[in-house]
Amino acid sequence: MIRAAIVGTGKMGLSHQSIFRAHPDVALEAICDTSTYVLDVLSKYTGVRTYTDYAKMLDEVPLDCVVVATPSRYHAEVVRAALDRGLHTFCEKPFGLAPEVGYELAALAEQKKLVNQVGYHYRFVATFAEAKRLLDLGAVGRVHHVRIEAYGPVVVRPKGSTWRSRKTEGGGCLFDYACHAIDLVAYLVGPPVGVAGTVLNSVFSEDVEDEVYSTLKFSDRLYGQLSANWSDESYRKMSVRLTFWGTNGRMNVDRQELQVYLRDAAGAPEGLKQGWNIRYTTELTSPVWFYVRGEEYSAQVEHFIECIKTGSASLSNFRTAADTVKVAAMMRKDAGTSFSNAAKQGEPTPERRDATRSKRSLLSSLLKRS
Amino acid sequence: MNRIIFGDNQFFGVNHMSEEKARAQAMRFQDTAAVIEVLDDAYAEGVTAFMCTTHERIAEVCDHVRANAERYPDFEFFPCMPYAHKYANAAAELGILGALRSFLPEENRLGALMRGGMSMARKDVEGLASLLIDAEMKMFRGLRTPVIFLQNVATDFLLGLGFDEAFQIFASCVRTRYGAEPGFITMNAPLLLRRLTKLGIANPIICANINKIGFRMCGGMEAYEELCTSGHCRLIAMSVFASGAVAPREALQYVCKFPRVESIVFGASSRRNIAHTKKLIDELSVTSR
Repeated sequence: MIRAAIVGTGKMGLSHQSIFRAHPDVALEAICDTSTYVLDVLSKYTGVRTYTDYAKMLDEVPLDCVVVATPSRYHAEVVRAALDRGLHTFCEKPFGLAPEVGYELAALAEQKKLVNQVGYHYRFVATFAEAKRLLDLGAVGRVHHVRIEAYGPVVVRPKGSTWRSRKTEGGGCLFDYACHAIDLVAYLVGPPVGVAGTVLNSVFSEDVEDEVYSTLKFSDRLYGQLSANWSDESYRKMSVRLTFWGTNGRMNVDRQELQVYLRDAAGAPEGLKQGWNIRYTTELTSPVWFYVRGEEYSAQVEHFIECIKTGSASLSNFRTAADTVKVAAMMRKDAGTSFSNAAKQGEPTPERRDATRSKRSLLSSLLKRS
Repeated sequence: MNRIIFGDNQFFGVNHMSEEKARAQAMRFQDTAAVIEVLDDAYAEGVTAFMCTTHERIAEVCDHVRANAERYPDFEFFPCMPYAHKYANAAAELGILGALRSFLPEENRLGALMRGGMSMARKDVEGLASLLIDAEMKMFRGLRTPVIFLQNVATDFLLGLGFDEAFQIFASCVRTRYGAEPGFITMNAPLLLRRLTKLGIANPIICANINKIGFRMCGGMEAYEELCTSGHCRLIAMSVFASGAVAPREALQYVCKFPRVESIVFGASSRRNIAHTKKLIDELSVTSR
């Protein structure tokens, strides 16, 4: 049996608790949270051992692995403590908030030969996995543009009282939501090397952005655009959709459906014909041993346990997650400078300046008066 | 239980195969009158049981049936609770405790307030559960609800956690407060039946995906087929068409042959489809066994 403990009993911590405990090869030994209410209920009704101090738990309970499902700003601290004790570690996304710390933890885990995984569960959705397989086979030719969209109803009112609404704790659409889309596109075509024209805009939130728009550069010949908005109530739940344009066609993919248009099917992967090819999740998804809320949540846990058993590396590891956090950090930086540069570029030439001077002085006098 | 039960996924933009199709359905049914029109079609075809989540828009359907009781003498609701997205979204916004608080009754009834406050303070899940069930059941007041279901996200989450007492609490609350049979929706039917049996919940009503391609049948086809043939439970088959992946006759042939499958729940948007599916089920229920 693989002995596991979970730090954090929020939405994701509880979800992991249900899935890990149901795994036939896992013994859930203990859980930890600073808030005792949920702990007391779980201890009373499920008999699980509980702690309020994660370091104490890691020291006292014999374990093989730990799941870190705390608010984002505590990820690094708890992950480091787990790695220092030689434990395989699964961390929730985004995987901290600073890429340099992420890379450092990745190096530490690799050096200690510990399995390290981050909960970017879209990598385990069957349609996206099939999209990756087809892209790797070059089905749509050389990909030159990709559009990444993520929409859903997380913040649809001007309130919110959890860490998700505080920038300092890793809240906000960029780190808490768009990261899923960034990670997924990085999985499919590699991480972006540059970003430009980033917009972080608030719709309802006071302290954080609710939407993210950015232009991504993957290479000299491949660019992309990302749109993420977590204040879109027209969606029932988070929806991620990617569209790839290549020299031999186009591919649309979301969690349920994969649509591939091929200009020429000569040399295409088996089963694909010229024109549109449509495949559904019902035929692509492999069964999981236990289902709570989507096969991908179970599949990522199964993968983590398999990696521990076989000593192999996870396909969603600390290093790939640090790449994702790095892109998010680049976007945050770009959002602060992008439009001040654009404003400079858009500044009027001397002749135009003359023409606008009178308007400006009128405007400034009006402003001074008010 | 009725052999055929009408489902509600099509009304709320739930389609396991295509987001576009789901959106088109959400648009078509955004007016509750359109929902009622299809329910009337089903009723006219003799499909009088309606299995529905406790989505706020179902309250409008309930109002309609209450107001026109003479038109629906045989209409029965099979409520499924909780409406999970409501809780999940609230948990992300307010935290787990905040979400719980936000769904406790707001009305200024001293009893409910006391019950809620005391239960919260004492971590008394039984007290809390009865309040949450009352809150979800409010919309069905005065209507027939012979079976009340625990929604699959809740059932499977609790099943994974090993929060076994919750199943007993749900079953006894539904029986004593509503005189209804408890039902459990799950994607892990073989595991759930083992657990319920161990808890002494005998011959339970279990609603699960049962389809020819094994879509979301966790525990494997073999275990499911054993359940369908000789399990000590009353099964309701859902997702029999696997969102359209299996052709109607073939899909129903598969599910109609099992003796333990008491009912089949399906959703449709047109009278023609309802009539066609009903006719197939009626026919195959006789010939497939």
